[in-house]
Amino acid sequence: MADVNRGKRPLSPHISIYRTEINMITSILNRITGAGMMLAAVLIVWWLLAAATSETYFDFVNGILTSWLGLIIMFGSLWALWFHFLGGLRHLVMDFGYGYELKSVDFWGWAIVALSFVLTAASIYCLAVN
Amino acid sequence: MNYKTDMARVKGLGTAKEGTHEWWIGRLTSAALIPLTLCFLWKVAPLIGGTHAELLTAFQSPFTAITTILFIMIAFIHLAGGLQEVIVDYVHGKAMLVVLLVSTKLACWGMGFAGAFAVAKLAFGA
Repeated sequence: MADVNRGKRPLSPHISIYRTEINMITSILNRITGAGMMLAAVLIVWWLLAAATSETYFDFVNGILTSWLGLIIMFGSLWALWFHFLGGLRHLVMDFGYGYELKSVDFWGWAIVALSFVLTAASIYCLAVN
Repeated sequence: MNYKTDMARVKGLGTAKEGTHEWWIGRLTSAALIPLTLCFLWKVAPLIGGTHAELLTAFQSPFTAITTILFIMIAFIHLAGGLQEVIVDYVHGKAMLVVLLVSTKLACWGMGFAGAFAVAKLAFGA
């Protein structure tokens, strides 16, 4: 019979039981950065629509994106983009069955966190000298 | 009493009712977004805070216009899939689930089209 024990099965331990590991952090950060970039995506589309509308409207939206609040969102999203980019690359590699050894899970977990900051700093530098 | 076998009961169903299709679209769009994201950071990100004239000149380049349109459309498809994954994980209750799934998907399609149209208009001369 199919469902004799439905709803009465023992539950496996949930996240509150386990010691926090780097792969838990990178996993949830990939989701948070992905969803969080929604805001920047909407702002960029607004910015492009403004540019396609008129120069005055473009200057207005461009000003919002480069205000202190706008810059916090833009630079925060730049970090989110690099983190999600690296996390996504790692997921694609793992989809091929590589990188599941405990050592490489720990190594690449910390590596993408560090690399996301390095690439954010490097791209801000490139934007600044441009 | 349900006479269906276990296999018949679950076949083709996940919370999103689409099996592995959404997962596959997620991989496909993420692969496409690797070069497109780099192009966007290279060609479009430096235009933020610049002048309207600089932006118009930049989008005269077919490479910039095409990669930006592809980036926007595929990023919003990717975002729609990702948000759906988050919503089906955390939102309970059929009505709320349907409202959020429909509204996020429609918003993503709308934003993706709007962004692509804006770039096309700039490229063809605003």
